[in-house]
Amino acid sequence: MEILELLLTTGFWAATIRIVSPLILATLGELICERAGVLNLGIEGIMTMGAMCGWMWVYQGGDLWTGVLFAFFIGAVFGFIHSCFTVYAGLSQHVTGIGITLFAASLSYYAYRLLLPSATTPPKIVPFENYAIPFLAEIPVFGEALFNQTPLTYFALLLVPIVWYVLYRTPAGLAVRMAGECPVAVEAQGINVLRVRTFAVMIGSGFMAVGGAFLTMSAFDAFYFGMINGRGWIAVALVIFASWKPGKALFGAFIFAGLEALQVRVQQFSGDVIPYQFFLMLPYIMSIVAMIIVARKARYPRALLVPFRKGERI
Amino acid sequence: MPVLELNNISKRFGNLLANENISLALDAGEIVALLGENGAGKTTLMNILFGHYSADEGWIKVNGEILPNHTEAAINAGIGMVHQHFTLADNLSVMENIVLGTESLFAWRQDRAKASKRLENLSHEFGLEIDAQKQVSELTVGERQRVEILKAIYRDVKILILDEPTAVLTPQETEKLFSSLKDLSKKGLTIIFITHKLHEILSVTDRVAVLRRGKLVGEVLTKEADKNILSEMMVGHKVSYPSKKNQQYGDIVVELDNISTVGEKGESSVQLHNITLQVRSHQILGIVGVSGNGQLQLARLLSGMIQHNSGTMNLFGNTIEKNSPLSMIRQGVARIPEDRHTEGIVGEMKLWENLIGERLSLNQMTHFGCCIDKKSAIQHSEQLIDDFDIRCSGTNAQANLLSGGNIQKLILARTLTQNPGFIVANQPVRGLDEGSIAYVQTQLMDARNRGAGILLISTDIDELLTMCDDLMVMCDGYISKVFKAESKSISEIGLMMAGQLGTDNTSIN
Repeated sequence: MEILELLLTTGFWAATIRIVSPLILATLGELICERAGVLNLGIEGIMTMGAMCGWMWVYQGGDLWTGVLFAFFIGAVFGFIHSCFTVYAGLSQHVTGIGITLFAASLSYYAYRLLLPSATTPPKIVPFENYAIPFLAEIPVFGEALFNQTPLTYFALLLVPIVWYVLYRTPAGLAVRMAGECPVAVEAQGINVLRVRTFAVMIGSGFMAVGGAFLTMSAFDAFYFGMINGRGWIAVALVIFASWKPGKALFGAFIFAGLEALQVRVQQFSGDVIPYQFFLMLPYIMSIVAMIIVARKARYPRALLVPFRKGERI
Repeated sequence: MPVLELNNISKRFGNLLANENISLALDAGEIVALLGENGAGKTTLMNILFGHYSADEGWIKVNGEILPNHTEAAINAGIGMVHQHFTLADNLSVMENIVLGTESLFAWRQDRAKASKRLENLSHEFGLEIDAQKQVSELTVGERQRVEILKAIYRDVKILILDEPTAVLTPQETEKLFSSLKDLSKKGLTIIFITHKLHEILSVTDRVAVLRRGKLVGEVLTKEADKNILSEMMVGHKVSYPSKKNQQYGDIVVELDNISTVGEKGESSVQLHNITLQVRSHQILGIVGVSGNGQLQLARLLSGMIQHNSGTMNLFGNTIEKNSPLSMIRQGVARIPEDRHTEGIVGEMKLWENLIGERLSLNQMTHFGCCIDKKSAIQHSEQLIDDFDIRCSGTNAQANLLSGGNIQKLILARTLTQNPGFIVANQPVRGLDEGSIAYVQTQLMDARNRGAGILLISTDIDELLTMCDDLMVMCDGYISKVFKAESKSISEIGLMMAGQLGTDNTSIN
């Protein structure tokens, strides 16, 4: 009974949406990369980098929005590195991605230490503040939860229809999808596949970095080691759960975030009966179960993981 | 001034000289055939023209201007190519496949209404009807080809290249394609038609350019050419094909009665439905059909690789309960598989090992049935290499280094020396050069004259008409009644291939 009441509190929904925001940014980023045929396992490291860079920019006196832009730019740079190896050199996307993750995460910590050698407690910045949208924020429960968030959350949620529109309604989006389905067809129509893929990986990686930056600039106000905490890997799973569709990705992110928000609250009721680790585990177990159910029938991009080499004997 | 001019094009792949000093000029509204055997360099040449490969030497001019070497330039110059292997994304719609690349990548929206209007007009004008909203994966092979052609015309091409366009079509679809091509050429389109099928050239082209081993060996006007001239130009010497003499049929060697298969769980390929057929000694029974309509399953059933679920199967008068490749070999069934590289030979192994593989299962050429008698194996192999004229460096040559024709000779040598009573030949001449085709066909004909019963599966009607005594048509796993090869016209057979089998148990009618 208590759980059902929980589902009707503003606090629960506000927390869910807060958890959804970085997740959906990262998931959309990964989705764009994979739609172009490139798996980007650098996501975890790129998010760490974004979290560090966005935060550092503001800490050094920069403005919040240019900080977001800076994080996006750094993410795109790492996306470019990823595509140099995977798109141009045609190397293993798995190995390169994990390499990028290790490299980018370590580099963030290193840069952090280098710039703030004497900081013992993580220094704080003034993060994005909640902005209540007039009238809408006064609707009980859902309105209060959804329309009283930071601008970065609004951006994250708006990005879902934007990515959908670009992928399905613009020539560039068609080229990206086609590059992930049948790169030869793209080449045969006179479009440079390698450029399309690189472009998609850079944009996607930029959004991953903004997802990371959300944590240090909107959800919290400081940069901690290990703060991404597997969100990147969850995003990779969500892309599969979503069958590579932006709308379904949002749905999946909401399920995961809802369980995450729920587990924090349920822990308080359960007392000593069930160990709290069980609740920590719950969102991950549920996402595995959901994946098993949904992903069996998933139609993955045909050319995912397949490098394209021009002029090879066909 | 010619629309398209190729000058002294040369291209190497490692040691292989794929194109050597090829020069060719084409006028507007011409349909030119590029004729040559597999590996003669036709596709390479066209891929250079389309910017997929870069030529090592030579230049290309379109309307008098030098064509830079990349696909974008070729497309902008009005060159369109329909590849042998379609370049379509299965999971996207016909429309999406066609409009890709026709709009600026930086545009914020697509004008879908305008695009479908234009597509509709074009498909009406040239008789290339298609449902633009369908996913490509739902289309038949013929429809996919239509999409490829529309893709090119949608971009206002001036020069259209078609690479082996009829390989996957039924005779009716081919007929339709040819009439569309003639319409297109009347509108001033220059068409290059890559093929190795002689009769197609005679019915649709204006001029023929013949390639052999990377060189242009000659050009002739179609009206001054005939099959013999062309085949001699293509091969380089006269080719003699086997002639079929009528013979009295002998005993029944194989009899299938109402055979059906179910297939492995989750298997998506076509299954056999109520197959009834008979092959007699001294008979070649041809199975006609578009590839992928159950022929592979039939061949696999008859070589013991899959089981039937209902019906009865008799081999040399014995009913077969449990089907296995070993029992088939022991009873004297010879198998010529469709994919000779993966199912016919073990590529990494030596020639002699491949040649005696089936003997070992018969406990021949072994000491006490367990060790290989290498001396007699090598002797036997040398004999076969000699008899069947397998061009190789010796018995120790690695099998996958042989050419397609020589691999096929290896398989023939292995199977035919056993004097098999029944031969299952699935596409035995596909992809071979004319010399090898004639050789393989002669060997099969000889085996039939010696008394073997042969089941010959092919997608090439002309091949079957010259080789077979009787024909049956397969479509969607069902089979027609047997008929004499001479008794039906090609267009009648074509209708049957498209599903009108004229039996009660067909799925489509």
